[in-house]
Amino acid sequence: MAKVTIDGQTIEVADGTTILQAARMIGPEVAPPTMCYYSKLKTSGGYCRTCLVEVSKGSEKDPRPMPKLVASCRTTIMDGMEVKNMTSDKVIDARKGVVEFLLLNHPLDCPVCDQAGECQLQDLGYEHGSAKTRTDFKRRTFDKIDIGNKIQLHMTRCILCYRCVKTAEQITDGRVHGVLNRGDASEISTYIEQAIDNDFSGNVIDVCPVGALTDKTFRFKSRVWFTKPVDAHRDCDKCSGKTVVWYKGEDVLRVTGRKDQWGEVEEFICNTCRFDKKKTSDWTIEGPRAISHQSVISANHYTKMVKPRELTLNNIKTIALTEGENK
Amino acid sequence: MSKKILLEHIGVPGIETLAVYREKGGYSSVEKALKTMTPDAIVEEVKKSGLRGRGGAGFPTGMKWSFLAKPEGVARYLVCNADESEPGTFKDRYLMEKIPHALIEGMITSSFALGANTSYIYVRGEYFYIIKILEKAIADAYAAGWLGKNILGTGYDLDLYVQAGAGAYICGEETALLESLEGKRGNPRIKPPFPAIAGLYGCPTVVNNVETIAAVVPIVNNGGDWYAGIGIGRSTGTKLISASGHINKPGVYEIEMGITVEDFIYSDEYCGGIKNGKKLKAVVAGGSSVPILPAEMILTTANGEKRLMSYESLADGGFASGTMLGSGGFIVMDETTSIVQNLHTFARFYHHESCGQCSPCREGTGWMEKILHKILDGHGTLEDVDLLWEIQRKIEGNTICPLGDAAAWPVASAIRHFRHEFEDYVKNAAAIKNVKHYHNMHNLATA
Amino acid sequence: MSEIKFNDETLALVQSIIKRYPEGKQKSALLPLLHLAQAEFDGWLSAPVMDYVASLLNIKPIEVYEVASFYSMYNLNPVGKCLLEVCRTSSCWLRGANEIVAHIENKLGIKDGETTSDGKFTLKTVECLGSCGTAPMLQIGADFHENLTFEKVDALINDWSNKTEHSKYLDNSTFRKN
Ligand SMILES: Cc1cc2nc3c(=O)[nH]c(=O)nc-3n(C[C@H](O)[C@H](O)[C@H](O)COP(=O)(O)O)c2cc1C
Ligand code: SF4
Ligand code: SF4
Ligand code: FES
Ligand code: FES
Repeated sequence: MAKVTIDGQTIEVADGTTILQAARMIGPEVAPPTMCYYSKLKTSGGYCRTCLVEVSKGSEKDPRPMPKLVASCRTTIMDGMEVKNMTSDKVIDARKGVVEFLLLNHPLDCPVCDQAGECQLQDLGYEHGSAKTRTDFKRRTFDKIDIGNKIQLHMTRCILCYRCVKTAEQITDGRVHGVLNRGDASEISTYIEQAIDNDFSGNVIDVCPVGALTDKTFRFKSRVWFTKPVDAHRDCDKCSGKTVVWYKGEDVLRVTGRKDQWGEVEEFICNTCRFDKKKTSDWTIEGPRAISHQSVISANHYTKMVKPRELTLNNIKTIALTEGENK
Repeated sequence: MSKKILLEHIGVPGIETLAVYREKGGYSSVEKALKTMTPDAIVEEVKKSGLRGRGGAGFPTGMKWSFLAKPEGVARYLVCNADESEPGTFKDRYLMEKIPHALIEGMITSSFALGANTSYIYVRGEYFYIIKILEKAIADAYAAGWLGKNILGTGYDLDLYVQAGAGAYICGEETALLESLEGKRGNPRIKPPFPAIAGLYGCPTVVNNVETIAAVVPIVNNGGDWYAGIGIGRSTGTKLISASGHINKPGVYEIEMGITVEDFIYSDEYCGGIKNGKKLKAVVAGGSSVPILPAEMILTTANGEKRLMSYESLADGGFASGTMLGSGGFIVMDETTSIVQNLHTFARFYHHESCGQCSPCREGTGWMEKILHKILDGHGTLEDVDLLWEIQRKIEGNTICPLGDAAAWPVASAIRHFRHEFEDYVKNAAAIKNVKHYHNMHNLATA
Repeated sequence: MSEIKFNDETLALVQSIIKRYPEGKQKSALLPLLHLAQAEFDGWLSAPVMDYVASLLNIKPIEVYEVASFYSMYNLNPVGKCLLEVCRTSSCWLRGANEIVAHIENKLGIKDGETTSDGKFTLKTVECLGSCGTAPMLQIGADFHENLTFEKVDALINDWSNKTEHSKYLDNSTFRKN
């Protein structure tokens, strides 16, 4: 066990824990933002640099501060370490820079982006960025391409977090897409047109922090804050079958994995659940999805949500969808 | 006085062949090491020598070697970094072309010291003609029994292979090099773990520059103390300097550490002074990544002493008035040089070479190049100069590997020491829309 | 298009190169194999050629595309018979690289990155090739041409106008058979 203090709060954690994991254990007020780290993907993190923190004391044994800011998602704690996140001016300054870099080539068309409302970059820019942009150069653009009939890639929005590549590498059995070219010409691609087609390929949509990989079967284009997410499950021979089913009125718009407060899915789901089960009768509804308070989705959430009709007819499970339950 | 150790026999006809190299005492360090020394004793001599890595960072080689993990039953590797792509640097190429066996001998002796039975020399792909030379030399060394099984009957086995890169400066960064050697994209690894613990194929690995490895030969032959007696202070031994730019005699020079910068630039033994009798304007002393210094600062330190060619003296004054020895790529600029244009070539280079893994370097290098281009095109503003400063500041220290810093420092130092030139471009915007006219006006070389 | 397959001599070399790496680490041979492929198949790497290399090493095609597109020496599009790679970084720029580029552009009527209509020449500006002391310089295949003057450039272009072979970084004897 080792003791670490982050922004003045101390916690004891197992050896080998990263600064980021320790910070998340303490709570969201000290947890650095992340754009590329994903706890369920091995070797993720380190790329985006949004989670940089200052180590003001290295350890009990060697109290010297670390000379540079470090990526909290890839730095293991030492006993007695002291870390500054939001209490460090250096961190706040550097993070502002990182946000600016990430937005440099990112389109500023959030109003028309499918991801608006559940985009981690949008949240990040809002919380850590500066209001005005200092570039008047043309942004990098790419055409939208279909990778198979279920997934669309709009590379223009990609921030090269590598999550989708690691997902394909680690949870599917045949990666066909990857990062091509280098530097700021890097792009996520299959090189020759190819369908990403595999039982678990749809998870690349859930891990994408921005609107670069989207669900083509998302039936009605709809602002996500007009949709109502419910936890649901079904018997599935490929995955746990535990999902979030997104409704608009009585229509199932899409199915996704269940995301936790850090925006990560609790479990990866299979493509059958995600793409092929678009009827309420396919699902056992558990109840409204608890959405974190910062999320735009909760700005217009389902306080007035009505029970979908099909559900009542099937009478699968009584669920309480009463006002105010969705804290 | 010039002191030749690595290049002692450079003028000997046929020194590139095994026979002549051997005649001149070549491979004696292998005999001495394998037959009379233990691996640890060699590491000890290298420690005593004070030899520091010649690839750019200047890390003490003996110490690096002693960090190498030695778990039972796990292979260890020595990988030679011959990626040499830092603009202004061409010394490794010279050494490998002229005396290939010096590197091969160094690889054998060093591999023995580290307990490696397979070693690789990673050469940048553009040097294919060098690869051919090395492959031939290695074949000859195998045939003569210097490589392969049971070398000199000592029971020590070593296989040595050349790996060709394919055009990527970043593969000079040691972990990117290892990725590339594993057949992957040259993306630097996130450290820790360091190669000494988990390097090539996850095994303990030492990565050293060509010149570093070659220097092990005379150290083993003559002893660490002998080597430590050459040079000045913690800058022991000799250093190969690649000299280029506006000088009378560009080329590779072996210098004893501690000669004055002034002597190096002006004496006939080395650069032979500035070309066409022009005046010195600025120097990039250690390859494109290190801070550029104006003439007075490169010749004299802040406290008025003559600056010397050594790690310490070149760094004297920190970044405010100093620079770094780096890889020894010494680029000299005369009074007609536009610092902004020169910086643009560097900015374009780093933009082109960023691997793109981390956002500050991926996005920042391109941004800086674009702003410099805008300024050169006569569309710049004073805010652009400030913005350049801001961008480099936001890249430095915040990236996965030091390429981010390497891209930031040239920008920072050019603005720090030559801000007026940037402002000139901005203020004469109308004139530079006709660049030739602008350059004539300022007596700059057109380019 | 004829079947994509290395000639027997190259295939033997491929096997010897794969043996340079430990068991199971044959992916290490990817960079050298792509060089061999480019040299043998018209100076560039088409998707079928890359797929062929993937099959030789028993790796996924995407692993080859990722690598081939990372390194600047691999051409993912056809290039002229003679690929002129002119350095324009600092030391070469200081000694007139831009004038050399302009001279070539004028002479061949193409811009940086373009190929002449007869498919003979492609001009590519590149970053420092480690020839700064003999600047300005350009590379054609494995050969460095240094201390360039307009006359030297003209002579090179003249020479290459009549060649039918592709410029190559390596030939049959570059790699040692171990
Ligand atoms: C972007 C970058 C490029 C580098 N290029 C080279 C190179 O071309 N050759 C080299 O020897 N070291 C290069 N280095 C330094 C290596 O990472 C490493 O420190 C060196 O090979 C260690 O050898 P040494 O201790 O003998 O110097 C580079 C480092 C960085 C960050
Ligand atoms: S497509 Fe999305 S998940 Fe994939 S690298 Fe880009 S931003 Fe990350
Ligand atoms: S600093 Fe640049 S070169 Fe280094 S890992 Fe980051 S993007 Fe790649
Ligand atoms: S989340 Fe740590 S670097 Fe991206
Ligand atoms: S700058 Fe052109 S070869 Fe180095």
